[in-house]
Amino acid sequence: MSAPADATAAASAAARSDALPRQPWNRPLAVVAVLTVLLVPLPLVLPGAQEAVAVRVLIFALLSIGWNVMSGFGGMFSFGHAAYFGLGAYTTAWLLVERGVSPWIGMAAGMVIAAAFAVVIGFLALRYRLRGAYFALATFAFAEMLRLWAIGSDFVNRAEGYHVPLLPESSWWYLQFEPGSPNYFWIALALTVAALVVSILFLRSRAGQFTLAARDDAEAAASLGIPVMRYKLTTMALAGAISSVAGAFYVQYYLFVDPDLAFGSSQSIQAILPAVIGGVGTIWGPVIGAAVLGPLSDVTATILRNPPPFLEFLQGRGGLDVILYGLLLIVIIRLLPKGIYGALQERWSRR
Amino acid sequence: MSRPAEDVAAPDDAAATPTTAGAARVPWARATAVVGVLVVAVALAYLQSGSGIVVSQAVVTGILVGGVYGLVAMGLTLIFGVLDIVNFAHGAFLALALFGTYWLVTALGLHPLVALAGNIVAMFVLGALVQRGVLAGAMDRPLENQLLITLGLAMIIENGLLLFFGADPRSVALPGDRGVAILGAVADLSRILAFAGALVLAGALFLLLQRTRLGTAIRAVAASSTGAELVGIDTRRIYVLTFAIGTACAGAAGTLLAPLVTIEPTTGAQFTIIAFVVVVLGGMGNVVGALVSGLVIGLAEQLGGLLLPGQSPLLAVFIVFVLVLFLRPQGLFGRSG
Amino acid sequence: MSLLRVEGLTKSFKGLRAVDDVGFEVEEGSILGIIGPNGAGKTTTFNLVAGALTPDAGTVHLDGVDITGRPPHRVLAAGMARTFQLMRPFYSMSVLENVTVAVLAGGGSRRSARTTAAELIERVGLGRWRDAPSEGLPTAALKRLELARALASRPRVLLLDEVLAGLVPAEREPVMDVLEELRTNDGVTLVFVEHIMAAVMRLSDSVLVLDLGRVLTQGPPEEVTRDPRVIEAYLGEEPDAAR
Repeated sequence: MSAPADATAAASAAARSDALPRQPWNRPLAVVAVLTVLLVPLPLVLPGAQEAVAVRVLIFALLSIGWNVMSGFGGMFSFGHAAYFGLGAYTTAWLLVERGVSPWIGMAAGMVIAAAFAVVIGFLALRYRLRGAYFALATFAFAEMLRLWAIGSDFVNRAEGYHVPLLPESSWWYLQFEPGSPNYFWIALALTVAALVVSILFLRSRAGQFTLAARDDAEAAASLGIPVMRYKLTTMALAGAISSVAGAFYVQYYLFVDPDLAFGSSQSIQAILPAVIGGVGTIWGPVIGAAVLGPLSDVTATILRNPPPFLEFLQGRGGLDVILYGLLLIVIIRLLPKGIYGALQERWSRR
Repeated sequence: MSRPAEDVAAPDDAAATPTTAGAARVPWARATAVVGVLVVAVALAYLQSGSGIVVSQAVVTGILVGGVYGLVAMGLTLIFGVLDIVNFAHGAFLALALFGTYWLVTALGLHPLVALAGNIVAMFVLGALVQRGVLAGAMDRPLENQLLITLGLAMIIENGLLLFFGADPRSVALPGDRGVAILGAVADLSRILAFAGALVLAGALFLLLQRTRLGTAIRAVAASSTGAELVGIDTRRIYVLTFAIGTACAGAAGTLLAPLVTIEPTTGAQFTIIAFVVVVLGGMGNVVGALVSGLVIGLAEQLGGLLLPGQSPLLAVFIVFVLVLFLRPQGLFGRSG
Repeated sequence: MSLLRVEGLTKSFKGLRAVDDVGFEVEEGSILGIIGPNGAGKTTTFNLVAGALTPDAGTVHLDGVDITGRPPHRVLAAGMARTFQLMRPFYSMSVLENVTVAVLAGGGSRRSARTTAAELIERVGLGRWRDAPSEGLPTAALKRLELARALASRPRVLLLDEVLAGLVPAEREPVMDVLEELRTNDGVTLVFVEHIMAAVMRLSDSVLVLDLGRVLTQGPPEEVTRDPRVIEAYLGEEPDAAR
């Protein structure tokens, strides 16, 4: 480049550098803070039954945020996410019932186990280059394997599962309060907010950017020097850990777990659905989707308990909620493949 | 996603296409390896159970039920070969046929064979409707979306069955069922008929693919959808028909299995997984491979039940699945890469 | 000693020898153009040198270090970067984010990576697209993005796979200017595979001609393009054969 051109280029470069677009990462964190503040008083205003719905929404959100990290940010669709949920649930339950360990410790242990499991599956899958449908199949298979193992294993009480023993009085250490206590909501809220913050921080970190690059084009990323395998495994471990927390909390809230509840395919779909509804690969997707799904599942449960006259034969039967999930999944994918938030994002960016 | 095997009709193509030196029509090395593994498994099972009768019973049962597995898997692999979709709802269609058979036999007093014809037709029509109505519009989208749609379908069908029939296990009996002695073991007539039925239908499917214009068109689309379109094949119609044939296979298998299994809504998911394992083992898209692998998996399941007492025999199937997925994802009979 | 030394590279696919005993040397700061008719093995050679393929035989030495058969990210660590012929942006990111990620891969803080990325974007003349999403960029811009990403690792050797393909003549000039500047200002050694003769003539210090997987000849551009063997390989006949 000749000198005058050099100067011009340098000058315009300097001018442009000052105008580098501000990375909007602080905005999501601010939104999270505001939402948290707004939601804290919720249990004090909601009637009891609705509070259960709210807790359910948070559990869904937590589970799906974990799923989204791996499948949305990482592009590795997990069809067997119940594996991590279940590992979190069973670890907590086992430690509590068999060893009397606090569920907080159980939760931490569950995170470690779930993350380790994720790394093992991920390593095997990526080492042998499983992608797309093969990868989804493998995750599906692993979840089913865990379920069958649990059913057949005396170590975890076979098909009976575990009942969390009821304590005479409330305890923060043992995460048990009176039914309907707002503490459940606040703990769930704290956990979900933490997961959300972690996912935001992850996305803007070096690890997150590498993960996105690897998702978009693994080969190009590798040729740029990004250690793809390492970051894919990190992503999976994070996803497993987050979703296991949902399982751990679930056990404490519903006081019961068995192989089907923990590792069943309906949990896997409950991990997927909120993110798909809200927008796979977006930060807010799982949360929005959970907010839609939670009340829905409650409404169907109510209908099944007291069905209107023309649906009387459905009384007391299970399954309606999952049918609706399936329908919703299909409808959303056909009509709004990017999910609610994703579609909004697209609308805004077009302007 | 890489697609290792695109052969819908492997033997013909293997002969016609020049491949690396040493490739034969029958992959002797692999076949020997598989047979070897099975022999070892049988020997271990004998040691574990201590009884030759038990083992030969397992072998006979395994092969007989394996035939039906092969039929289910043929439908699944056909769908994959042509539409590139992994149909997570395959087992659900099978479960639908199970309950359909139950209903037809107990409520209407029909003979199971009549149910067979009815279920095949019903599943064919249902499959066509599903493909046309729901899947067709999503075909160009990312693959995951199609997978999710089939997952959603599976949820709907299985829980619909749960909702309408309840969770109590049902069963269906074949009138005139009795034990038949084969090779030192006893097999139910219903099981033998299921095996025979599966082979007949598999043969019919094979003939359809090899000898009819429709079959040729299907194979053409499986090999190259753009190429097929260029020669004037209506690929959309082929997609619908292929999916319908695939689900009809599941429906047929469901009817054949009805007297043999406990009929529950969750049975579907288990068969989805079994069908997948068979398909992966046989090479995705490889119809003949699916049939052969069905037999292998049937054996693996029975032998696994002996080798791992107290666990669900499905666990052995899973272990095979994981091993195949990781050691040779293109399957035993699929082409490499 | 030459910076890049390739010897005896051989690769066969299913019994067909795509590259047969190919060797060449590139001095630091020079530009080597690789040409040849279709099917000559240019892209395969390229991929072998870049570590995308493992050779059946032969070696690749970069600054005296044997990098034969190393995976792409280790080739990069050794100081050699490549572009892809099929443009492969990270489609969910903007141009700036694309290049930032590439810079980040070499370490450093996120902030400094962004600044460096912005500079690189200016260097390759992509400034006006900086904040645009990489999805849907026109071909010329995508080419430059590839270039910017490859430069992010501050390579000593840059391998360019038909970087001018798909560009109209007016778009080619600026890219060639950038390439020349890279050599002159930054001392980057360039090896490029190219079909467009004008570019090869203008940019190369030395030209390597491949035909049917073998090296036909190597030399300065003027000599090579007048070499009757080269002309014959391309056209299949002597230029002054009477018609």
